[in-house]
This record gives sequence, C-alpha cells and structure tokens, in this order.
Amino acid sequence: MKIMIAEIAAAAFVLFARAITAVRAIWPEHGLPSRPCVYFANHSSHGDFVLVWAVLPPRLRKLARPVAGAEYWLKTKVSTFIGRDVFNAVLIERERENRTQDPIALMTTAIDEGSSLILFPEGTRNQTDARLLPFKSGLFHLVSARPDVDLVPVWINNLNRVMPKGEIVPIPLICTVTFGDALRIAPNEGKDAFLERTQVALLDLAPKPLGSGE
Amino acid sequence: MNTASSDLLTLVFGIFGVLIFASAIGYVLQRRFAANGPNAAIDNLNARIKAWWVMVILIGIAFIAGRVGVLILFAFCSFAALREFVTLINTRRADHWALASAFFIVLPIQYYLLWAEEYGIFAIFIPVYAFLLMPIISVLRGDTERFLIRIAEVQWALMICVFCASHVPALLTLNIPGYEGRNVLLIAFLVIVVQLSDVLQYVWGKLLGRTKIAPNLSPSKTVEGFVGGVISATLIGASLWWITPFTPFQAGVLAFIITLMGFFGGLVMSAVKRDRGVKDWGNLIEGHGGLIDRLDSVVFSAPIFFHIVRYWWSLS
Repeated sequence: MKIMIAEIAAAAFVLFARAITAVRAIWPEHGLPSRPCVYFANHSSHGDFVLVWAVLPPRLRKLARPVAGAEYWLKTKVSTFIGRDVFNAVLIERERENRTQDPIALMTTAIDEGSSLILFPEGTRNQTDARLLPFKSGLFHLVSARPDVDLVPVWINNLNRVMPKGEIVPIPLICTVTFGDALRIAPNEGKDAFLERTQVALLDLAPKPLGSGE
Repeated sequence: MNTASSDLLTLVFGIFGVLIFASAIGYVLQRRFAANGPNAAIDNLNARIKAWWVMVILIGIAFIAGRVGVLILFAFCSFAALREFVTLINTRRADHWALASAFFIVLPIQYYLLWAEEYGIFAIFIPVYAFLLMPIISVLRGDTERFLIRIAEVQWALMICVFCASHVPALLTLNIPGYEGRNVLLIAFLVIVVQLSDVLQYVWGKLLGRTKIAPNLSPSKTVEGFVGGVISATLIGASLWWITPFTPFQAGVLAFIITLMGFFGGLVMSAVKRDRGVKDWGNLIEGHGGLIDRLDSVVFSAPIFFHIVRYWWSLS
C-alpha cells in the first residue's frame, strides 16, 4: 500500500514538474553511462532533483537516488515520506557535530548496492547572483573512496526562477537539464585541482545569459 | 447532419488530402536525396509535416468537442505561449506574484469571460485592468531595478499570448445573421489562411527565393516567397468563401489582410527573438520550434480579423 502511494506520488511529482516547466533534457554527445554513476548538479531549488529525475530515461531513473539533507527531509511525517519512500533519497546529516553516520559511507554503500546518486556538491541551495557556489569537499571524498565511478555533470537551468526561495506558487517557465560527458578522478589528482575541474565541467554546460544577442 | 458539420467534414477531408500529398512529397524527397544519410533540410521538412498532422488532429478534436473544446485548446495554447514568452524576459523576484497572477488569474479569467460571452469586459480586461493592476502588484515589493522594462514586458507577454490569442476563439461569440451555428468555420478560415500563407511563403521562398526581404530579422524570408505566399494564400482564402459569411471577393480581401498581418507579425516576433538572443521560442513542436513560432502570425491577425467581422457582419 505504502509503496503504491509512493509510486503514484512520484508520478504526480514528475507530471507536475513537466506541466510547469516543460522540462527538456539535452544529452551529451556520447550518451549517458549505462552503469551506475554520480550525477552532480547545480543547486538552486528544492525541485532540482525532481527535474533531473523526471528527464532520466526510466531504466536509469530507477537506479537514481538523490542525496539530500536529513535535517530538512526528516522534519515532518509528510516530508519524511516524500524523501524516504517517494524519492528513495540517501539522507545525510550535514551538521558535522551531531552526526551519527558518516555521509560518505552512506553514499558509497548506495553505490555498492548498484544505485546512481544525484548529488549537489555546492552543499546548499545557491541564493546568490553567482552562477555556482564553490564545491564542498564531499564529492572529492566520495570519489577518493570509489575512484572508478563515472561523474556526470548536470546543469539545471531556470528552475531558480520558477520557484525562488520563500515563494509557494511556482511560475511556469521552460527549464532545461543539460548532461555533460562523464569524467573521473585522475590518479594522484589533488582535492583542489579535482574540485576546480568538476566545477569548470559543470559551468561549461550553463547556457549563456539571455539578451546577450548573437 | 447540418450544413456546418458537413462543410467542416469537407474541409477536414481537404486538409487531410493536402497533408497526405505533403507527406508523399516528403517521402519521395527523403528517398531520392537523403537515402544514404541525414539531410537537415529534408529531415526538418518531414518533422514539420508530421507536426502538422498532430496539430490538425488536435484542432479537429477541439472542433468536434464544440465551444468548450475550442476554448480549452486555446487556453492551453495561451498558457504554453505565455510560458515560452516569460522564459525569455527580464524578471526579478519582485515580479513573482505579478507573474503568478498572469498565469493563474488573468489567463483563466480571460477565457472564462469568453465562455460567459461577456464581450464588454473581455475586450478591456487585459488592456485596462491587468495593465493597471500588474505593475501595482510588482511595485509593492519595492524593487525599482529595471522597473519600467519589467512591467512593460509582462504586459506585452499578456497582450500577445493571452489577449490576442483569445481573439481566435472569440470568433465563436459573433452573432452573424444567416450564419448561426457555423462560427467554428470562421476559426477554420482564419487558421487555414494564415498557416497556409506561412507554408506557401516557405515553399515559394525555397523554390524561387533570391532576394532577402529582411536580412536583419529573418534570413530565410525572401521577397519572392512573400509575394508568392500572399497571392496564393489570398486566392485560397477567396476560394474558401463557401465556409464563411462573405462573398468570394470579400473573403479574398480578408484573406489578404490576414496574410499581411501574419507576415508582419512574424517579423515582429523574429525581432523579439533576435533581441533576446534565441533562434526559436522553445521546442514544443518538433521541426517548428516553440508554440509561438507557429502561432505568431495567427496572434497578429486574429484581433484584426475579429474586429473587421464584428464591425461589418455581426449584430453583437
């Protein structure tokens, strides 16, 4: 029963996201990896992973689990149900002091079980005018533990305008989700170099700002 | 079967005939010139023809469903067009409620007024009430950055995508003596003439096009395409007089006005796209681009056509 409701709710979320955003995926030249991988995306809205999820082909969607903050999703019964059962999120504790479980261990377990992850390496929603916040080190620690996993950059465009922080009514706007070619950590690649490279790979997918002419 | 539905049936068979003919040409071109690999122009042509089948079938279903079906179809067109338009404009967080009300209050009310046949308020609701109330909603947030541009763009989006587009189904509210129950054919006349004009301009342009007519706006539009398209669409419009309350000559004059408005509407919307730095309004219709790419000429001709018919033919 619970599973059925979760599946209906998931379909409703996807349908709603599509009706509001007419979301369209732009695929990389060489296609998506067919093996489990880590999608890392820019983060500006709670709807971000729903959009990534909505555009993934069903076969890959089934594997994909968003990584999200436990503090946020475990707040109420409804949000717990949505986070755990509907989206099957890997819920991690972001506050270092009160942690009971290691986030990296949770993520590697999920990968070892054959899941893909949808990860937002900025760590929090970007409310600034900058296109991307500096990545937290989580992505680096994750691939240091699993260096052979493919990393797919994913740029989510426009969703921050659909529903800015603090608003409850979404504005219908067309969104795109651009997937880049997969990359991996190089042997002996340092943390700063790796994070820099992944940030550049993600920013490369961002469309140029509107009104800039041709 | 009354005359309206038998005429509609004749029309549908005619359009299907044209589409079958177009699909056959597309198939032959594909076999002859692109058998060994993709050819961008022919693939695009075939995608366009396929999309035409879908659009014709959707409009056909709406016509069969009657007044409510047509209203719902155009309300959805307005929604999708407004979404494409607002995606490209300058908006700031302070406009959030103004934009939300454009989508979820102004648009439904405009189509409700058509359903209720309240012409008096339908005609001024967006140009007067939305025009005054939307900037008030925006100004309450106190953000003055690019304020005039923001409120002007939202109003323009509403005028084009909701107000002008709603004048297509508004043709159903006209009360023309001797034409009762046949108003849906006026929509068919408008849409067929304006879309055929676009298609014929494209075809004449591909066949004979030499001289660019507006190189800064639309590199694919040519003088030859324009002249050939307007003349042939006007003649087709005149030959469709039997579905309208007009004489063949009147039908030709109206078709001429429709095609001219459609052509210049296309130019205006191209200029807007250039300004915003995009090639298409969206990706809703395979091969055509966004919905506005297909609807731009209809949107510009519908209100003019509506008012001419209302002034000289209608009692209401």
